[in-house]
Amino acid sequence: MNNGWNDFEIGAMLRSFDGAVNGIATTLQEDRPYSKSNSFTASVADWRIEKPIFNKDYCIDCQFCWIYCPDISIISRDKKMVGVDYDHCKGCGICAEVCPTNPKSLLMFAEQEDEDKALAGWPEKEKKEN
Amino acid sequence: MSEMKKIKNLKEFSTSADRFEGANLLCPGCAHSIIVREVLNATNDDLILAASTGCLEVCTAVYPYTSWDASWIHIGFENGSTAVAGAEAMYKALKRKGRLKQPDREPKFVAFGGDGASYDIGFQWISGCFERGHNMMYVVLDNEVYANTGGQRSSSTPIGASTTTAPAGRVSYGEKMNKKDMLAIMAAHGSPYVAQVAPNKWKDMVKKIQHGLATEGPVFINAMSACTTEWKFLPEDTIAISDLATDSLVFPLYEIIDGRKLNITYRPKNVIPVKDYLGAQGRFKHLFKPENKHVLDEWQARVDRDWEYLQRREEAGV
Ligand SMILES: Cc1ncc(C[n+]2csc(CCOP(=O)(O)OP(=O)(O)O)c2C)c(N)n1
Ligand code: SF4
Ligand code: SF4
Ligand code: SF4
Ligand SMILES: [Mg+2]
Repeated sequence: MNNGWNDFEIGAMLRSFDGAVNGIATTLQEDRPYSKSNSFTASVADWRIEKPIFNKDYCIDCQFCWIYCPDISIISRDKKMVGVDYDHCKGCGICAEVCPTNPKSLLMFAEQEDEDKALAGWPEKEKKEN
Repeated sequence: MSEMKKIKNLKEFSTSADRFEGANLLCPGCAHSIIVREVLNATNDDLILAASTGCLEVCTAVYPYTSWDASWIHIGFENGSTAVAGAEAMYKALKRKGRLKQPDREPKFVAFGGDGASYDIGFQWISGCFERGHNMMYVVLDNEVYANTGGQRSSSTPIGASTTTAPAGRVSYGEKMNKKDMLAIMAAHGSPYVAQVAPNKWKDMVKKIQHGLATEGPVFINAMSACTTEWKFLPEDTIAISDLATDSLVFPLYEIIDGRKLNITYRPKNVIPVKDYLGAQGRFKHLFKPENKHVLDEWQARVDRDWEYLQRREEAGV
């Protein structure tokens, strides 16, 4: 892949995986033989100014964050929200916005924020406005 | 026909293994990828995919990377439809000749295109595919603008939106033309299934995609895709804006079966005023100036009229 611009092929074929995968639709990411040309092996972490932090104490596993994350960065396994994939999260904030718990189980913090500190200072339940 | 994936609720859906990958270059908060994830995760079938040039294609196939875990092809701006139709025709021919290596596997053929690629520039290609009756699904990622080239108006751009080629200013309130009614046009092709979907209503989306994939013949899906960059709202608000769109009935959710029978699939409990939807986006900001009040009024009247029309058609069963 050290070709210069002028050496690019007119048509290019990229393989997502090294070797065959049987039943890709039921093979989870951790079990896939991703190739170097699969964007899964790349990172957009440096796009972020803010990052979501997950507090599992309040999570009800509703999976709103999973369905609406544009970047496949909410890791859900066996119907449980497990955490955030910080290699692929772009920090859009949708997950925190759609999280329905009170207080929220996902909140946005500055990228450099320490996770333990954020969890220790997690906001209290908000009173309903009337 | 292959067995349909069981998706009773969101928890069950969340056990899906995505075939669309991160570290693509779509903007943070882009609805294109939310739609693609919902479409792909609606099935476990093998997929043969195509995309026309546009944000989705440009951002998910940046050499030397691909973000697709399925067979995927891109050729040009106008021909995502014919690329997949060609693959489908080849599949049928090989099947007939008994030359398929895995004859028991029945892939689904799906093409994605933006509104520019679909409503305008690739329109005759799509029309041809539907007229020829290919067994495929065409999904429009409808963000009502040529987003990837910097926000030029398309025939899907709604009245009053400010775009780079129809900007609002001292003498103009922006786009003057009505949004093209692509669903009616595709239904008029006699398509067995035509539907409008929105990513915030994931259950309605999954139901329609599953129905569409199980349908024999060319299926047309128009997916509302809120664009944080061109509609001008904060990336975290993509779902909130989409909710305003479906709940104000600016994007009504419905389907048309066999070119005729129309079903409304979502009725908001509280219909919100159209101005709440428009006011949440920078592209419509200027409509709130006193001199543009007539545009706002016309907007609400048009949405009311269109909703009335859909309801009457549903009632009449035609
Ligand atoms: C034949 C041709 N004309 C113009 C272009 C330039 N072009 C690339 S993407 C694009 C806009 C795509 O708009 P749309 O189809 O709405 O998709 P979006 O980017 O909004 O998702 C244009 C005009 C092209 N690639 N090919
Ligand atoms: S911030 Fe955006 S990209 Fe990151 S996990 Fe949340 S929804 Fe996904
Ligand atoms: S949206 Fe909130 S409550 Fe629901 S699964 Fe995600 S983190 Fe948990
Ligand atoms: S410009 Fe709009 S459609 Fe294109 S990637 Fe950004 S948010 Fe998505
Ligand atoms: Mg577009």
